[in-house]
Amino acid sequence: MTERKVWWKTALGLVFTALMLFPVYWMVNVSFTQTRDLRADPPHWFPWDPTFEGYEAVFAQQLPALGTSLLIGLGSVLLTVVIAAPAGYALALLHLRGGRTLNFLLLVAQMIPAVVMAMGFYAVYNNLGLLNTIPGLIVADSTIAVPFGVLLFTAFMSGIPRELLQAARVDGAGAWRTFWEIVMPMSRNSVLTVSLFAFLWAWSDFIFASTINRNGDLIPITLSIYNYIGNNTTQWNAIMATAVVASIPAAILLVIAQRYVAAGVTAGAIKD
Amino acid sequence: MTSTPADVGTRGESRGAAGTEPAAPSAPRRRRTLSSSQWAAVGFAAPLLVYLVLFYAYPLMRNIDLSVHDYTIRAFVQGNAEFVGLQNYVDVFSSSTFPTALWNTAVFTFGSIAFQFTLGLALAVFFKSSFRLSTTLRAMFLVPWLLPLIVSASTWAWMLNSENGIVNSVITAFGGEQINWLTDPDTALLSVTIANIWLGIPFNLVILYSGLQNIPGDVYEAASLDGAGAWRQFWSITFPLLRPVSAITILLGLIYTLKVVDVIWVMTTGGPGDSSTTLAIWSYREAFGTGQPDFSPAAAVGNLLIVIALVFGFLHLRLQHRQEATS
Repeated sequence: MTERKVWWKTALGLVFTALMLFPVYWMVNVSFTQTRDLRADPPHWFPWDPTFEGYEAVFAQQLPALGTSLLIGLGSVLLTVVIAAPAGYALALLHLRGGRTLNFLLLVAQMIPAVVMAMGFYAVYNNLGLLNTIPGLIVADSTIAVPFGVLLFTAFMSGIPRELLQAARVDGAGAWRTFWEIVMPMSRNSVLTVSLFAFLWAWSDFIFASTINRNGDLIPITLSIYNYIGNNTTQWNAIMATAVVASIPAAILLVIAQRYVAAGVTAGAIKD
Repeated sequence: MTSTPADVGTRGESRGAAGTEPAAPSAPRRRRTLSSSQWAAVGFAAPLLVYLVLFYAYPLMRNIDLSVHDYTIRAFVQGNAEFVGLQNYVDVFSSSTFPTALWNTAVFTFGSIAFQFTLGLALAVFFKSSFRLSTTLRAMFLVPWLLPLIVSASTWAWMLNSENGIVNSVITAFGGEQINWLTDPDTALLSVTIANIWLGIPFNLVILYSGLQNIPGDVYEAASLDGAGAWRQFWSITFPLLRPVSAITILLGLIYTLKVVDVIWVMTTGGPGDSSTTLAIWSYREAFGTGQPDFSPAAAVGNLLIVIALVFGFLHLRLQHRQEATS
């Protein structure tokens, strides 16, 4: 009886997953659909006669945008880790005075809507001449991840056994060497989790891209899709092909780093 | 979503404070090392402090500055905007868009949260009993959350397209009427809310699922020995024991949903008219959405949004402190 119950649950689970992922399937399906079939009624549920027109268009037109997004993602990861990891060390292991206040400020920082930050950045960048530049966008995108990164590093580093640090001190290692040779190697998983989220957020960002980089020569893929929709309302197969390509990093990360994703989402919402 | 590890911070900090205890016995030496290590601590935190001032405090100050001046594009370039005090806020409150945007924000936010949470909880309970493929399927549920919002939003826009969308084609196949999801003022807000519910389910599922993992299994065993069925077990064990986690999930969802711009902007740009305009969309549209950027009212709306987000944020913190105190 239990056996049958388990199968029944698997079947139901498959149905739920299929329903949930239907939009994703539809995106892939449309990306392979012939332009003349896009408005067919009833619509083609499966691309029996697939076309790669959409993908050809992506590779002809979107490579610079994909490259820009990659650059911005990597830049944002680097900036986030360089700022957040030492700060986490200071908060967790060096007992920074005022640490509570700083933690509190980081929580508040996460509540500020991106649209407000975008306006502030626009005004600041306008004076500094940083509008429509890649470094400007990297800095703006990193603001999504830095507070998260600091809090995650702090939480993880607090769990590093004190004995290790004391042993290092006895050996004459200063704060810097302890950080570089003990704390950082031990925090490898946290670095991965933080990097992963910093990359995904920068890669997916639309608000900052569409405000402080709207007239840039190099625009990221999200903005490129948006402009594409505005200009080609009929070429939905090409739009969806771009969307599929833009989703690839997420798909890769889900497959190779699912553990870190789940760790990042639940990091602290649950007390253990 | 960005705010999840929020909780990590407080937790980590309390643990960090506990960690000072072992060093306590050697008090005189500790004092000296503390002060020198305090310098090191400041050194390691310095990049973050500089970063927060330059890239958080300064833009936010500029934002307040924008909201109390009358910035036009010309004044923006020349930097001689006229100081108008709270006039922009008065204009925002007396604008005809204000009640609509406030109402839409409330409907969008609470509608999204109610369904995301209910569906997320139902799925979490469903996935709790492990069955063949359950881990894989649960991982697949993360996909919508990892996709760039612009990708999901444009997919939904095409699915809900009036003439060629799959949703209408299913409805008409069953003899229903074509619905102009995104272009009818009566359904535009509903459409973006549906898309946003879909986007939020994974987050709710993941957090509630790990909350369920922490409920000890023997509680359920005792209950089923007492003859309590699945329904009864849910309402008298799962739901009450999950309440703290639920509260945090809902508040994080609120803070996140208040800020949503991408999804609505890509699907409807807040229209038709103001019918799917939320406060965040209103602010975005004034500043960047038209050919005529109007930063000052946009900044005023944005600051209003911060205040609302902070109210829920502090509620979240209070809740967490209380939870920490009781455990």
